[in-house]
Amino acid sequence: MSELGNIIEDMIQRLLVDSVDHTLLERSEGGGWEGDLWSKLEENGLPIMLAEPKEKGGEFGWREAYLVAMAAGRHALPLPLPEAIAAGWLLALSGIVAPEGRLGLAAGDGLVVEGDTAHGRLPRVAWGRHLTHVVATTCDQVVLIPVEGCAVVPGDNLAGEPRDDLVFDGVEVLSAPCPPGFGTETSRQLGALLRSAQMAGAIATLLERSLAYAGERQQFGKLIGGFQAVQHMMAVLAEESAAAAMAAEQAFAALDLGRDKDFAIAAAKVRTGEAAGRAASIAHQVLGAMGFAREHPLHFASRRLWSWRAEFGSEAEWAERIADMVIPMGGDGLWAFVTAAQADPM
Amino acid sequence: MNFRFEPLSLPPEAENLRCEVREFLTEALRGMPVERRADTWTGFDATFSKALGARGWIGMTWPKQFGGGERSALERYVMLEEVLAAGAPVAAHWFADRQSGPLLLRYGTEEQRRELLPGMAKGEVYFAVGMSEPNVGSDVASVRSRAKPADGGWVLNGAKIWSTFAHLSHYMIALVRTSGEAKDRHAGLSQVLIDLSAPGVTVRPITDITGGEHFNEVIFEDVRLPASAVIGREGDGWNQVMAELAYERSGPERYLSSLQALIQMVTVAAEGHGGDRLRVAIGKAMAHVAVLRQMSLSIAGQLQAGHAPNLEASLVKDLGTSFEQSLPEMLHDVLGLEPSLSGGDAERVHANLLQLAPCFSLRGGTREILRGIIARGLGLR
Repeated sequence: MSELGNIIEDMIQRLLVDSVDHTLLERSEGGGWEGDLWSKLEENGLPIMLAEPKEKGGEFGWREAYLVAMAAGRHALPLPLPEAIAAGWLLALSGIVAPEGRLGLAAGDGLVVEGDTAHGRLPRVAWGRHLTHVVATTCDQVVLIPVEGCAVVPGDNLAGEPRDDLVFDGVEVLSAPCPPGFGTETSRQLGALLRSAQMAGAIATLLERSLAYAGERQQFGKLIGGFQAVQHMMAVLAEESAAAAMAAEQAFAALDLGRDKDFAIAAAKVRTGEAAGRAASIAHQVLGAMGFAREHPLHFASRRLWSWRAEFGSEAEWAERIADMVIPMGGDGLWAFVTAAQADPM
Repeated sequence: MNFRFEPLSLPPEAENLRCEVREFLTEALRGMPVERRADTWTGFDATFSKALGARGWIGMTWPKQFGGGERSALERYVMLEEVLAAGAPVAAHWFADRQSGPLLLRYGTEEQRRELLPGMAKGEVYFAVGMSEPNVGSDVASVRSRAKPADGGWVLNGAKIWSTFAHLSHYMIALVRTSGEAKDRHAGLSQVLIDLSAPGVTVRPITDITGGEHFNEVIFEDVRLPASAVIGREGDGWNQVMAELAYERSGPERYLSSLQALIQMVTVAAEGHGGDRLRVAIGKAMAHVAVLRQMSLSIAGQLQAGHAPNLEASLVKDLGTSFEQSLPEMLHDVLGLEPSLSGGDAERVHANLLQLAPCFSLRGGTREILRGIIARGLGLR
């Protein structure tokens, strides 16, 4: 990993490892805002880490953002930090000055912009009730929507993370033309990208907790990690963890390197989503009834995974998009499609 | 966690080579039936191997003085993935290029290198690998073939089994006992070079479930070997074998074996058949290809940098072979084709891959062996 990557990883681990504990996680499921923790993240500049993107001379790129989103998933950070990073990036690229406050990200397919005003519905916005602004894309614009002009229909996901619908009619917005290659799909795509890294992080936690448990729990006079049946399950869990991390990281890297982001992100969401289900199932099997008890922290990862794999589009949905990319190339063009999509532009 | 996969960017010279290889393959494989393309690295064709060798694409990374091309490992990677994705018949030179050549370069005598490597690089001299024995499968450390010192050389007795294309190869590099007893396990094993035309060597092809003759039983009866037949350090063969494994387990051949099944699925979809289930299946399989390729490339980058990512390689092989095996199942699931070697393209590919697939998770270390290695890497054993 790059030196910059090491610095970012150390920073985010240090911020999250002690503060995101069992008490905070249980409390956050009431839908509140963890203001102290958010302030710490802000003090370290994390929500705005891509507000001056590499393209415009900034220090950090998506590779570093991957490490942050992955750590957020690893620690089940109950705050929309990944969303704020992506929203800040979209604003910066389109030249909209980021407002003071808490930025979120939404899929833009329910958004209609006419002149300076917008109407529509942004579905299941992470921590929507606590945000000041939300960023979404339409077919040709990046749009900044103030939440105070929206009606909030509260909701949440399986892990008690707020997922609120924002409904608005005639709210005044700021907008700017999309950069080339962006469109209606973009904000949803970025959401999928973030969830892929968060899933990779949560799966790494499942692996860590399962390993720890298999190395301390004794049955039939020996550690359960000594049983071949358990060892082989753990091997599969490690494989899924490695594949999920690679899937997510290659997609973040694709954005930095200028590779085909559409294929990279779709592949990331499909593969991490698949890994999520398999990994959760294995971790719960290894931890037995203990992992099924609310007092054990395993569920902070597994319940998030079961939600995140469906957020911003499930595996089947993103798989269909990949099919739309490759089928026109025909069977004979399949391999050339893969190598071209994953090549750095010369 | 104690494994990591960094995304790798291929250097421009590797991407440039890709175009050259593709052009060559289009010509060389014109008219090749799809079910033969599905043989991938079990297809044996000396003419193709010689043509590939003539282009300098065997032993690409070896020194020029031994017939190599002194290209980078990443250029070789690109050549390999192109050749495998196209379904080219690479088996004749496969083991020489992947294992035997690098082994001789590292441990062989100057004479062995001069005598053998140029022919290997030309695609004319073929090698087989001797690991398993009758009654010795995954438990390779308990091999019983034995070379005893005699007259300044060795005399070999025993047998090897499942040696791919030994009946068409010129040499074998086998793991045999040169000292100690079976109870010494890994100690006392050596890698020895055997001329398969030597007196006392009998090669008996074994028909596999496809009806093909890919592998063999090779019997050694008082086969006389020169002192130089022991490659590397006498008694250190096990460690030498282990050191090669990252190369063998993470290459593109560990996830591309069934690519022809996916190509057929896309062809069917492109003709407007199959519906949404086929489209979802294609998209999911493509996501796997995308990720496995990045993992495999990442390991190639680590190897190039001089690391030995053995745990990572085992992870990739188990993931890759599971994926390869899932493709014919997927083809059955979404298209419901009856596998038939006398049917259309998809049916023929399906028929061939269904029968080949069981060996994907056997060759080069079974799934169970790999999972054991991974568990050890995780600290569970």
